[in-house]
Amino acid sequence: MSKRTIAVELATPGLDPQGRPARIPLAAGVGPLEQYGEPDAGEHMLINIGPQHPATHGVLRLVVELDGETVVRVIPHVGYLHSGFEKLGEYRHYNQIIPLTDRTDYLSPMANNVGFALAAEKLMGIEITPRCTVLRVIACEMSRIISHMVWLGTTSIDLGAFTPFLWAFQERERIYNLQEMWTGARLTTSVTRVGGMMADITDDFVAGLRQFIDTYPKTLYEIDRVLTRNAVWVGRTQGVGVMTAQEAINYSLSGPMLRASGVPYDVRRDQPYLDYDSYEFDVPVGEHGDVYDRYLVRLEECHQSNRILRQALERLADGPVNVADPRMILPPKSRAMSDMEAMIYHFKQVMEGVKAPVGEAYVGIENPKGELGTYLVSDGTAKPVRWRIRPPSFINLAALPKMAEGHLLSDLIAINASVDIVMGEVDR
Amino acid sequence: MNPSADALRATFGGAIARAAESCGDTIVYVDRAALLAVMAWLRDTPGQQYDYLVDVTAVEYRDRERPLEVVYNLRSLARRTDLRVKVELDLRGDLAIDSVVPLWRGADWLEREVYDMFGVTFRGHPDLRRILMWETYAEGYPLRKDFPLRGRFSRAEQVRQALNANPEAHYSMEELSIAEAHDELPPDMRERLRRGERDKIPYSE
Repeated sequence: MSKRTIAVELATPGLDPQGRPARIPLAAGVGPLEQYGEPDAGEHMLINIGPQHPATHGVLRLVVELDGETVVRVIPHVGYLHSGFEKLGEYRHYNQIIPLTDRTDYLSPMANNVGFALAAEKLMGIEITPRCTVLRVIACEMSRIISHMVWLGTTSIDLGAFTPFLWAFQERERIYNLQEMWTGARLTTSVTRVGGMMADITDDFVAGLRQFIDTYPKTLYEIDRVLTRNAVWVGRTQGVGVMTAQEAINYSLSGPMLRASGVPYDVRRDQPYLDYDSYEFDVPVGEHGDVYDRYLVRLEECHQSNRILRQALERLADGPVNVADPRMILPPKSRAMSDMEAMIYHFKQVMEGVKAPVGEAYVGIENPKGELGTYLVSDGTAKPVRWRIRPPSFINLAALPKMAEGHLLSDLIAINASVDIVMGEVDR
Repeated sequence: MNPSADALRATFGGAIARAAESCGDTIVYVDRAALLAVMAWLRDTPGQQYDYLVDVTAVEYRDRERPLEVVYNLRSLARRTDLRVKVELDLRGDLAIDSVVPLWRGADWLEREVYDMFGVTFRGHPDLRRILMWETYAEGYPLRKDFPLRGRFSRAEQVRQALNANPEAHYSMEELSIAEAHDELPPDMRERLRRGERDKIPYSE
């Protein structure tokens, strides 16, 4: 057996009796381990990760059975953030539900607002105005960018890269400033109303968004340069948490998770809502369905969102934002205080709410996390009988045990990060 | 209306109670006993190919006479078509239905959520446990219409139970057996766990 030696300078004397640096022999192979008996084969360990753990991206709790460092079984526990939104919605008018949608997927509140408004409008048979359509596209794509930025930042931290986190959160901050300019709120935007928007955008907003669109790709290219060919990043993400296309469909994955597995399905393109069918954008699709492909898909989606935003600003025409129906849309406060008819409409909307006809409607929109479905059932009153959110990250998270079992514990962190969950939506 | 509704009627006859349309979506009402056969047919028949399960949920109406509905939203990814399948369950009967997990693994958590929120049991589900509420939750099924908005127990009782909860009760039976913590539980708790009576686990004093 060959023995190698290395020189080490020890802190205390560090020199052998001859005055040379002490040398420690390094041997490969057997040590005195045998005298301690057989290694603990087959003895599994149970560890509990979360619910208060930074790498679980929220109050997710994972109970993991480990064989050494290999994950044998993952049992996720969710529900720590359960707020009963769906139950609450049965006691609220349609417009009163919109603030609840902010709080489900709180990393993309504007897109949730749009999803709910579209479902309520489908239920009531309302056609929204062209300007409103474009504003909602802007809202959705801004949400996609901030959600993907949070995902990129937090995932890169989980895998040991700190810098992209700072860059990503700076970009998110700029969108938050725009959201604040538009709605007055950074996080809880509540930007839509049934039949229109809570507020129109200002010229300052348009200028700010244009400036964002022009400068944002630089950050994406920087992140791309730091991560995409980074040996650590590649080593920790490629081949980890693979879902084949068949499995992805069978597990009902949606959004970037589905597309990374090679299924080219994007609600925006395949069952278009708003006016997405008239925009030029590409749908990035992965090949291997691993964590790395999910990263590539999301990074490219940011570029595409930027593209859509640019087109949306170009086609933004003047015109009314809200439908011209006084039974749906609150009158301006000044008119409600001075005009009898306006005051009556105001009173009826606030006190009675807008009634929806008997029926039910499902609208799925392409949220950053996947397909956000809103399923509304009405019995003809002003409050829905059932407001169901199809939560994309809940359904994507359900595939976590399938993806993680057999991998190392450290890979579990990468896989969990790649799902892009937000617990507000998982638990609702 | 989605042509799959007529195709279903032609194939399954009486098992398809009726078909309806609402806001442009087609809804097919399926008899409970035929559910699995209908779903497998919809998934595997060429020309139908509803290979993607979008959602599983349930609806209970304010009208107590109307049955509870379990709702399946299906999609054919290739044909870009959606279909809604409903099964009606009489509220006075047993709320049990076949699980579609053998067809779609994605139904696993969705069915657990319906069980958790509505009390519908899914026969053949591999792991039918509460999911959003904790396993020892004893107030009933939150999304049922007879469930009060603030819960059945008083705030004081809810707080008392939360503060006194036994930490071991936050692990499932199989988790406890992995850690060999199972043997160290009090005998009566072990017995109740063995019988599956998780909602009756005593709170430690």
